[in-house]
Amino acid sequence: MRVAVIDYKAGNLTSVLKALRYLGAEVVVTDADLALVENAERIVLPGVGHFQATERLDATGLTPAIRKAIARGVPFLGICVGMQWLYAGSSEAPQQPGLGHFAEGCARFPESHEKVPHVGWNSLEVRSGSRLLAGVEPGEFVYFTHSYKAPITADTAAIAHYIEPFSASVEHRNVMGVQFHPEKSGTTGLKILRSFLSWEATESA
Amino acid sequence: MITKRIIACLDVHGGRVVKGVQFVDLIDAGDPAALAARHAREGADEIVLLDITATHEGRQTLLDTVRRTARELFVPFAVGGGIRSAVDAAQVFEAGADKVSINSAALANPLLIDAIGRSFGAQAVVVAIDARRDPQAVDPVRDAQVFVQGGRKPAGRRVVEWAREAEARGAGEILLTSMDSDGTRAGFDCELTAAVSESVSIPVIASGGAGTVDHFVDVFGRGRADAALAASIFHFGISSARALKEELARAGVSVRLPC
Repeated sequence: MRVAVIDYKAGNLTSVLKALRYLGAEVVVTDADLALVENAERIVLPGVGHFQATERLDATGLTPAIRKAIARGVPFLGICVGMQWLYAGSSEAPQQPGLGHFAEGCARFPESHEKVPHVGWNSLEVRSGSRLLAGVEPGEFVYFTHSYKAPITADTAAIAHYIEPFSASVEHRNVMGVQFHPEKSGTTGLKILRSFLSWEATESA
Repeated sequence: MITKRIIACLDVHGGRVVKGVQFVDLIDAGDPAALAARHAREGADEIVLLDITATHEGRQTLLDTVRRTARELFVPFAVGGGIRSAVDAAQVFEAGADKVSINSAALANPLLIDAIGRSFGAQAVVVAIDARRDPQAVDPVRDAQVFVQGGRKPAGRRVVEWAREAEARGAGEILLTSMDSDGTRAGFDCELTAAVSESVSIPVIASGGAGTVDHFVDVFGRGRADAALAASIFHFGISSARALKEELARAGVSVRLPC
């Protein structure tokens, strides 16, 4: 299984690469090489840091290359900011468009007495029909660290609760996103990554 | 619901665990990779590895240790000790750490917080603060003195204002050690922890003074801590993070269980 991991210079990829390799994937990293995206059997867009950093995907031509791969039905997983990028954009960087695969926008947690960022292990409410999270039982925990989040829509695959309910995971055909870090979420996280690697693609995006 | 984190801390020197959480029945109780894996398996929510030598010569040993420890660790992993520059931090991240903990170097050069945060994200920067109450101050708790060099030298900063500056510069978490409580096993300094936790929006990890399960209940309640370091408690009848968390759950603290 050849997995292209997209590097947009926004942080540390080591943990994601390590987890994918641990699960037996053949991982290639690309920060500009479009051929690696074109030939990939899976694409992973990790992400930590600021939404603005995704501008590099546009500057390098990776955005259209990813769009094409998604249209061909290549399974795609966005992690954290990588999930948020699948939406139209984020109020973190209003001038920077996302991929727009999901029409809505991401926003900061509202002001409350709770801390922002949301950091730590939180549980998932998995919606029936999610293939990515099919093996995740009620009460399993995953590790989050973020200040911005995606809204709950028909494509939401799992909900988490912090200040208000938000999309912890999104899924539509072969395009998936997780707000949490599966590479840092113990056996639950590895199970989710394994589901992604063994994903059988539906016909198109 | 978000849970309170129990963080296992390993102090290493020359690639070996010298203090902190050790187990007598491990064949090699001093191997950081083996201990970290065991803590993760036994319910720790996160692992912190602190290089207490942090000499220039020791850097390569530390990086090897980090690499080996990170290899099969799939929970958050923070590394501290001797990180003096963004380049030092980059090497530690490359070796497999998810977060770096900086202390004296951040006080000497606060711009280091900005620099690491910019390159690796705020979530990757933990600012560690060693503080001691100042009985001379108007507010001995909020104005507790910050110390550097392992608590040997006052840094000339007050705990709340320094924690706020660290947050403003892009720290993702504060690791707060009470020097008054450290080593006493008489409980965390809940007033100090609460004063800092209520002054910043980023998570605060409490450290220093744990001796019983009730001390953790206290620091998560009264102390408003988001996480706590567990070290010597594992020597005193609590066999693992899981056992500690089971007790905490019985006391009404929200923790990650089963784990």
